[in-house]
Amino acid sequence: MINTTIAKLALQALLGRRRFFLLLAFPVLLVALVALVTALTDGDAAFDILPGLGYPLVLPLVAILAASSVLGPEVDDGSIVYLLSKPVSRYGVAISKWLVALGATLTAGALPILVASLIAGDSDRAVGMFVGAIVAGTTYSALFLAISAVTRHAVIASLMFVLIWESLLGNLFTGVAWLSIGQWGLRVGHEISDRLPDPANLPYAVLAALVVTLGGVWFAGDRLRSFSLRGED
Amino acid sequence: MSTLVLDSASRWFGNVVAVNDVSLSIGPGVTGLLGPNGAGKTTLMAMMSGFLAPSAGHVTLDGQPVWRNTEIYRHIGLVPERELSFGYLTGRQFVRANADLHRLPDAAAATERILEVVDMVEPAGRRLDTYSKGMRQRVKIAAALVHDPSVLLLDEPFNGVDPRQRMHLMDLLRRLGDEGRTVLFSSHILEEVERLARHIEVVVSGRHAASGDFGAIRRLMTDRPVQYALQSSDNRRLAAALMAQESVRAVSLRADHLDIQVDDLGSFAVGLPGLAKEHDVTLYELSPSDESLESVFAYLVAR
Repeated sequence: MINTTIAKLALQALLGRRRFFLLLAFPVLLVALVALVTALTDGDAAFDILPGLGYPLVLPLVAILAASSVLGPEVDDGSIVYLLSKPVSRYGVAISKWLVALGATLTAGALPILVASLIAGDSDRAVGMFVGAIVAGTTYSALFLAISAVTRHAVIASLMFVLIWESLLGNLFTGVAWLSIGQWGLRVGHEISDRLPDPANLPYAVLAALVVTLGGVWFAGDRLRSFSLRGED
Repeated sequence: MSTLVLDSASRWFGNVVAVNDVSLSIGPGVTGLLGPNGAGKTTLMAMMSGFLAPSAGHVTLDGQPVWRNTEIYRHIGLVPERELSFGYLTGRQFVRANADLHRLPDAAAATERILEVVDMVEPAGRRLDTYSKGMRQRVKIAAALVHDPSVLLLDEPFNGVDPRQRMHLMDLLRRLGDEGRTVLFSSHILEEVERLARHIEVVVSGRHAASGDFGAIRRLMTDRPVQYALQSSDNRRLAAALMAQESVRAVSLRADHLDIQVDDLGSFAVGLPGLAKEHDVTLYELSPSDESLESVFAYLVAR
């Protein structure tokens, strides 16, 4: 199912664009900020940056950048026809691209969260946070890949989901937690450190994350099966 | 040997009909798809290459539907009009990636073989974004041919390619056609098509306007009434004299010139100066008023 050629090209597309430096800047800044605050303050101030900024913002932003880089530009300019005019499974294409986006999200999103929370000094909560970030990062990258496969405005649409739905409305209405990828991740992390919040219930959170992940990748593959070239005329 | 068949295929986008009930069959050899810009060539190409679903009708290759059928690409090589956006790859890496996607047993050898065919061995080590238009076009053709397909589809392959490279590409396509492959290319330039294709399909405004070998199409296009605008010292007297000529079908008197419709271009052109002299009229200006390709196409459709 996994197509190494597609994955290799996706990785080259990810590393070969200027966006890559943006992708790199987020984790570096996050770790630097946490290190700085840890050095200057006492107590929980440094760790609070993670549930306040790192987890709800940096992680999904990294996932958006990664998912849209592996698929978005090729769909936009139509050059994906060079990959699709081949007898390769479209689901294989979607899975391969998703794995590259996932790897980037975990490396540049979840791993820095672990590093930063260890710097802030609470290894128990740090591991819980990391596990939550892995769950949420996995789900985010699949959802944003699916969005990249349907619209040219994937980055905007994904940003709206994160900023308006998850952050803004999620803070106003607790019920949004049931439909928030970030909260599902936190719920799983809560199993490791019960100092993390406990929204929704565990089986639901795990199942929801799984459904969105599998559904997102399948949907992206299905859209690729029906990829259409629109003429200039 | 493969045959690509369109059976009453139509495609519309909302209210706009891009391709209207086209039936045609494309077999081995080089076929040219000729039509003005906006005639629906790209839409037809997209349907034939499985990148657009027909709104009505069928598109099949040797009986197999093309849409949502990934296995069809074992037999089809596609050269899209789109630019390559893989500028960070070398020509060889790009062709090799295509060979790998086809899971060819010996991808490296197939890559070198096809680079040889398109004469791109020497520059294959350079990055794609350093190539000229003609070189990129040849690399695209190499990528489309690397799995030895029986059908090659090319969308406007000569656009922006300099004349020397164009000759080279034409030789290549002709050779592929002679090998028994089904080669179809689209173009809006008649001269281009008739130099290369034995068989021509003409589309105008989404309709299939004509089909045949290039001689027949050429005759259709030249043996047609031609419009001229003519200015002289005495339009009315000249009009009377012209109307008596065998070659003239119609003359209409305008404010400052004559509109003339001519059947037989040769004898009209030869006879005109003598006719003017005989009636003591001075000719000021004679110009064809509808030589554009669009009017040629419009004539074909109106027939």
